[in-house]
Formats: sequence, structure tokens, C-alpha cells
Amino acid sequence: MLKLDDISKKFGKITVLNKITTDFEKGRITSIVGPNGSGKTTIIKTILGLVKPDSGQILINNQQINGSHQYRQNIGYMPQLSNFPENLKVYEVINMVSDLRGLKPQIDEKLLNSIKLNAELNKGIKTLSGGNKQKLSAYLALVFNPSFIILDEPTAGLDPVVSCSFKKRILKERESGKTIILTSHIMSEIEELSDNIIFLLEGRIVYSGSLEFLLASSGEDSLEVAVANMMDRSEE
Amino acid sequence: MKLISKLIKFELQNSIRSKWIIVYSLIFFVLTFLLFSFETDSAKASLTLTNLILIVIPLVSIIFGVMFVYNSIEYVQLVLCQPIDRKSLFIGLYLGNTFPLIFGFVLSIILGTLFSGILLSSLKPILITLLIGIFLTLIFTAISFWIGFRIIDKAKGLGTAIILWFSFAVLYDGILLLIIYSFREYPIENFALAACLINPIDLARVFFILDFNIAALMGYTGAVFNKFFGSSLGIIVSFSMLVVWFIIPFLFGMRRFLKKDF
Repeated sequence: MLKLDDISKKFGKITVLNKITTDFEKGRITSIVGPNGSGKTTIIKTILGLVKPDSGQILINNQQINGSHQYRQNIGYMPQLSNFPENLKVYEVINMVSDLRGLKPQIDEKLLNSIKLNAELNKGIKTLSGGNKQKLSAYLALVFNPSFIILDEPTAGLDPVVSCSFKKRILKERESGKTIILTSHIMSEIEELSDNIIFLLEGRIVYSGSLEFLLASSGEDSLEVAVANMMDRSEE
Repeated sequence: MKLISKLIKFELQNSIRSKWIIVYSLIFFVLTFLLFSFETDSAKASLTLTNLILIVIPLVSIIFGVMFVYNSIEYVQLVLCQPIDRKSLFIGLYLGNTFPLIFGFVLSIILGTLFSGILLSSLKPILITLLIGIFLTLIFTAISFWIGFRIIDKAKGLGTAIILWFSFAVLYDGILLLIIYSFREYPIENFALAACLINPIDLARVFFILDFNIAALMGYTGAVFNKFFGSSLGIIVSFSMLVVWFIIPFLFGMRRFLKKDF
């Protein structure tokens, strides 16, 4: 289990995360939702060690991980925007990341096929479209079989066919007991995939719990309306 | 160490295919070939080459480094998401960026001199020129990494890099000369001496001058250094200061990188 305990972060005078305490459960997909600038990506980057919190601790299986780096062996991350060394080829980037993790080049034909990346393996990064870079990023997030999968707006650049098979794969990963953290602005996608919801507003957690409970307590059928109502109430 | 060498390997794999490195190397090759073909005295040819290097290498290294940092933020994020510590990544990025520049420079100078048919007995000035080029690449790439990881805004970072290069390469000597000329009736030798240590380009120049005892050809700063330190002590001091000029921006850049939010 991954736990954030009293995490706060300021960028200059702006408080981006304000005493965030929450759990990400094993075998469940937790979606972080909230308006732009609410701190979704900062939470993810804090877990990854890309952003250093001002206070608080991050625990994996009750062990504090702030400042260490070995724990990232168990994390697969797909960022909002992906970029790779532009003069390398796709398979060379896969080899590079495998090598950095101390592994042999990881070529998973099944995964490559499911996200339609096999035709791009010998292409240079320079020639790849944004969508194909996202596919490579998705591949790198999943191929090392990590216990924690973190996806920041994963389907934003993917075409519908790949997006659909990628979502199926995510659900499969959940069934195999992975802890999955997701952010997205597409509410239908969150409804389709999530077990738990964390609703963030101006760096604070407004709601943390199951999707069913959120819908039931709001009396709405759609997550989009429930979230909009919650935002209105918070602004009042 | 293993991790650093892996990072350097991938950086090299990436940089070696960059057309800018090829153009940079070709320019030095053509310059060296032409200079050593038309000038039979290798010391004079090296002096002209060094004068060009003192301007070109700092400019290319600082711009190349700053652009590399700004264009690599997503790549740095990708690597930082792997089980890698930040210190190794910084060293790997730095060396991966400086090695291609140094290789390109050294190889093109060696090939340029070989093709021009220079005698082996006159290699010393070329070796000094190579050493100066390597030092300037290391120093100005370290400065560029410090700027790149310190200043978030790309335009501001690039502007700072250009201003810094212009100050070191052009402005500094002019201002120094003006001050010395204006206060020529006062005992300002110690000030002039200290002023020489502040500018890495002047230091590299002094290092070359003292090795060949040709201070008169290289302007006021070289002459001052020569007068006060004498040749051998001057070489040691200028060399040590070049090392300091590499270490300080490198450590400041690394400290910034270790703390930075990506």
C-alpha cells in the first residue's frame, strides 16, 4: 500500500499541496480528479520524487521513501507529455530504460501489439507523432511489471482503438493486484476505470473514498455532475 | 559509476547523430587544416587557432549546454522515474554532453594538423591548444548546466548565457583595460592580477601565453600575469584557477539539480 502522510508543498508563495493524507490501496484504481491547477500532477510527481515535498512523508508498505530512489524499481509512470532523446530509435529507448533498471532489453510482443507500437520499433524518435510517443511511454510504464502504475492523463494523445485496448490492459493489471493511480479530465473514463476517487481543490482533498459512495451520496447518476456539484459547494 | 557510464553511453549514442556536433567538428577541422597549411610556424598557427578557440568554444559550449538542459526536461523526468539517484544522473548528463563536444574538437584538430602535414617536433603548441579547448568546454558546459537548472524560463536562461559569454569574451578585457588606463598613475597591479583570475577565458589565454612566453602578442592581462608570477608559477596558478573555475559551477549546478522540482 502507498500512503501519503501530511504532505505539503509550496511553489513560491502558492500552496500547491496542503496537508495531503491519503492511501492508495493495492488491487484498486484510484483516480485523482480536480480542476486545472488543483495539484493532481504535483501529487504524482511527489510520489515519484520529481517534486520534493516541504513536509510530510510518503510510505510504501509502511516504509518511508522520501529521498531514496530504489523504490522506483516498482513504479511504472506514464506522464502527460512524453519526450525522449530525439536521435535514438524506439527500440533503443526501450533498451536504455531496461538497462537503467538493470534489466535485459524488455520486448513484450503482446503488449507491443495491444498498443500498436511494433511497427514503430525501428523508427527514430524524431519522426514519431505525439500519439506514438505516448504509446512508447505507455509501454515503458507497463513492461517492467511494476507493483505501482501511475498514469497522468494517459489516453489524452491516444487514438480510440489504442485507448480502448490500453484501458483493458489497465483493468487486467488491477486484477493482478497492482496499485494504480490515474488522473484524467475525461469523467467517463474515470467512471469506467476507477474504484476510488480523490477529489482535489486548491491543493486540499475535498473527497476521498469509493466511486459508488460518491455517486450515492450526491444522488447523481453521472460522475461529471457529482463532481461539478462538489465544486460548486466548495466554492460557496 | 556503472550507472554513470550507462547514462554517458546513451547520451553519446544520441549526440553522435546530432548534426550540430558534426558541423562543430567540421568547422574546427577546416580551420586547423587551413591555418597549419598556410603558416609554417606551428606556434603562430596555434596562437591564431587558440585566439579563435577562446571565443568559439565558450560560446558553443554555453549555448549547447543551456539548450540541452531546456530540451531535456522531459527526458530528465523519464530517467528520474527509474531507480536512479540524482547525483549519478547529473554527472551522466554533464559528461554525456561534454564528451561529444570534446571528442569532436580534439579529433578535428588532430586530423586537421595531420592532413596539413605538420612536423611531429612542433606538436607542443597544439597540445596546449587542445588542453585549453578541453578546459573551456568543461567550464562553460558546467556554467550552462548551472544556468539551465537555476533559471526556469528558457528565454531568460538563454539570454543570461549569451550575456555571460559576451562579458567574459569581449566586455571584460575592455573594461579592465579602461580601468587600468584610467588609474595608470596608481599602484593597481595587484588589482589587475586578481582581475585576471576572475575570467576563465583570460585564464586560458594566460595559460597559453606563459607556456610560450609571448605575452606581448596577447594583450595586457597576459603581460601582467607574466610580470608578477614568472612563467612556472604563473602556469601553476592559472591551471589551478581553471580547475577551480570548473569545480565551482559544476558543484553549484549539481546542488541546484539535487534540490530542483521537475
